[in-house]
Amino acid sequence: MIEKAFFLYFAFAAVAVSIITVTRRNVMHAVLCMLLLFFHLAGLYLLLNAEFLAAVQIIIYAGAIMVLFLFVIMLLNLREDVKKVQYGRLWFVGVIVVCGILLAMAGAYVFMVPGQRSDWTIGRIVAETHTAAIGQVLYTRYMFPFEVVSLILLVAVIGAIVLAKRQLK
Amino acid sequence: MQYYVLIPLLPLSAFVLNILFGKKITNIFGESFKIGAHWISLLGVASAFVLSIIAVKDVMDGHVVNADLYTWITSGNLRVSIGFLIDQLTAVMLVVVTSVSLLVHVYSIGYMHGDKGYYRFFSFLSLFTFSMLMLVMANNFLQLYFGWEMVGLCSYFLIGFWYEKKSAASAAKKAFVVNRFGDFGFSLGVMLVFLTFGTLHYADVFQGLPGIIGQKITVLGFRTDLVTVIALLLTCGAIGKSAQLPLHAWLPDAMEGPTPVSALIHAATMVTAGVFMIARTAPIFNASRTAMVCVMLIGGCTAFFAATIALVQNDIKRVIAYSTISQLGYMFMACGAGAYAFGIFHLYTHAFFKALLFLCAGSVMHAMQGELNIQKMGGLKKYMPVTYWTMLLASLSISGVPGLSGFFSKDEILLKTLASGLPFSGVVWVLGMLTAFLTAFYSFRVIFLTFHGKFRGHGELTHHLHESPPSMAFPLMVLAVGAVAAGFVGIPHSLGGHDAFARFLEPVVGEARSEGSVAQQWVVMGLSILASTAGIAGAAYVYLKKTDLPQMVAESFHHLHSLLYNKYYVDELYDLVVVRLFYRISRGPINRIVDGRIIEGVVNGVPSLIAWSAARLRRVQTGVVLHYSLVMAGGLFAMVVYVLARLWKVI
Amino acid sequence: MVPLNWYIWLSAILFCTGMFGFITRRNLIIMLLSVEIMFNGVNVSLAAFSHYLQDAAGQVLVFIVIAVAAAEAAIGLALVILLFRHHETIMIDEINEMKG
Repeated sequence: MIEKAFFLYFAFAAVAVSIITVTRRNVMHAVLCMLLLFFHLAGLYLLLNAEFLAAVQIIIYAGAIMVLFLFVIMLLNLREDVKKVQYGRLWFVGVIVVCGILLAMAGAYVFMVPGQRSDWTIGRIVAETHTAAIGQVLYTRYMFPFEVVSLILLVAVIGAIVLAKRQLK
Repeated sequence: MQYYVLIPLLPLSAFVLNILFGKKITNIFGESFKIGAHWISLLGVASAFVLSIIAVKDVMDGHVVNADLYTWITSGNLRVSIGFLIDQLTAVMLVVVTSVSLLVHVYSIGYMHGDKGYYRFFSFLSLFTFSMLMLVMANNFLQLYFGWEMVGLCSYFLIGFWYEKKSAASAAKKAFVVNRFGDFGFSLGVMLVFLTFGTLHYADVFQGLPGIIGQKITVLGFRTDLVTVIALLLTCGAIGKSAQLPLHAWLPDAMEGPTPVSALIHAATMVTAGVFMIARTAPIFNASRTAMVCVMLIGGCTAFFAATIALVQNDIKRVIAYSTISQLGYMFMACGAGAYAFGIFHLYTHAFFKALLFLCAGSVMHAMQGELNIQKMGGLKKYMPVTYWTMLLASLSISGVPGLSGFFSKDEILLKTLASGLPFSGVVWVLGMLTAFLTAFYSFRVIFLTFHGKFRGHGELTHHLHESPPSMAFPLMVLAVGAVAAGFVGIPHSLGGHDAFARFLEPVVGEARSEGSVAQQWVVMGLSILASTAGIAGAAYVYLKKTDLPQMVAESFHHLHSLLYNKYYVDELYDLVVVRLFYRISRGPINRIVDGRIIEGVVNGVPSLIAWSAARLRRVQTGVVLHYSLVMAGGLFAMVVYVLARLWKVI
Repeated sequence: MVPLNWYIWLSAILFCTGMFGFITRRNLIIMLLSVEIMFNGVNVSLAAFSHYLQDAAGQVLVFIVIAVAAAEAAIGLALVILLFRHHETIMIDEINEMKG
């Protein structure tokens, strides 16, 4: 029961915060709301017995990505943009499409059939500690995707530098 | 890898090196020291010659090669492969092609000296040698066809070598287009062979031949014999390539090319490809009496027809060109009479004396500053003794003077034609005898007008008259030895020989239809000796003693003379019937309707349709990211709906 | 015990919220934030499935998604800086140089 209460709190807070995020005029406010969203999602991961994930969510998302956003916002002078119309002219079409997709997803959930259970029971994860459990899977079966992701990150780092640096005359 | 693969590959690599780097090499060493161009080609062809000799020795030891090296296309039962067949016939052709090519290469060093297309000339000569070798070494019809077209292409390049000269360019075009008529038939023949036998390999085709004898086929509404149709279509190609009667008109014009080219391509090798092809496909021809008689008649008529034209021409190269056509007629005659071995024998001896004649003519031209009219020559004997003596030997040989190579081969052809017993063989034999007389006459007409008597050209030209440089004189002497001695390999039984050449070729082309009776042998030999001596004596009488006689005869037989002088008006006839007709058709309906409406309509219509639709479609690209994202989300929506519909079994 | 469905609904709503922001907002930075929200929506359902089906693979996928999100944010923000340098605005529909 207490779990459900926690879940409901986190879930409603997350939805509310995310709606606030996408509707802010000031970008700085949006980013700060986003931080709140990440903390609430980290709480949900704790409910799902994914401690390491929660930590990563806070360290990487809140600690790295959002800080990056903040830096960029501070680099730019957005005073003019704040005064402008914030929504595109076709916003109502967007709303219709989004509602359509939500409905479609709802339709799909009705027919959802959960797959086969695997062998990573909560007891086993607790016994091995969550970090070790994730590590075992990540560095054995998912070694190749892991390497690919590292390459993607490398490319992103180089690409960001190339794009953002000023042209040296 | 077998060594024989190198025989065509060496000239090919010489061609590639020369065409790519020839100019650079020439530039490096300067204009005066053109080491690169000819040494590369010379090396390629010389090694091919050596390898050919080895191949001949192998064949003599009984090693006949028939191997597919590489399969290029396999589609259904069509198997196109590169393969080599080296048997007795190929061996003979290998020797002829590589030896004449080698000598012509050497000759060209002197002849083409100072020409600005020097490296280009040598690269094309090498390419030609490669193509001709591919042609003779082929073991299937398609490779034969490849070589066939390649030599035609090289011939085009080399006739039009001095392409700035309009006459050379149009002669090249003419040769190409006229050959196309023959090649069209030839390609149909190859296709029909494939349709009939399901294979293109000689060996398989000849194996399947007995099974189709007597089969009928409907061509243009006529039911005819299948083998005859195939043989006649192949003959069609041979006629074009070997400049036989209806399609002979290109060869005299081909003399616009440099003289070494005339010697190599238009005397010794390429034009004999037709004869080679008939001999190669001898089993097909043997199976069709009609085709054989056709080939024989064409050969006989061409021999006589060309010889009469050669009588009155004044251009030294054209006389020799008509003489070539005439001699090719002899070869056709032999093949038609079933004496393929003797056709090839004549091809082999002819290669030497005719190449020699051409190279001598080139040497004369060289001295005469490009003058070709024999009426403006005379008395050159004392200025250029080597050229005189070698050309005299060649003329004696072609005239059929006993003991020289031309005598043996021509004599055998006449004998085998008479003895063949085919319909019309008597008529053809008479034509051949007359041609023998005419051949001796016109050959010595050239000799007497060129080398004897007084010099009739420009006075100041006499200062330029000189013997050609050693690089040109040497091949003349080598070929002269060939012109005298090449025939010794085929001395017939009646003269105490062994007929070794025909025995050698027997495994490939079979025996002649009939040896001829002893009486026939002696009669033919006597008559042909008589014809040649009469011809030489007649020419001597007319052109040395009574020098005003030709003029008188020409005037009193005015019509006949102009008919011969204008080559029976064949070019004019073709111009009227073929060229103008096609010109009208293409100018009129084809130009206006097909080109103007249909092709231009499509060509202009497609781009304007694209431009029209693009002008409307480009509006989709608004450049606004929001629109793109909306479309993306819409697409996602559609996908989800589709998946759901599948889940709910709506669709 | 929280039912799996609840997580899935949460995931769907977050995803749609993000998509709404991405489609309708003109501000490029907000659009990037919306994309992050969409990533997180997906992450929630991955983590939930991982927990309920007792399979660690779902959480591995979450890691990969986070890494890709980081890469995307780096590149996207570099582009934002570049665009702002050229156009003095990050209002995306004012920039239509790609108009056909």
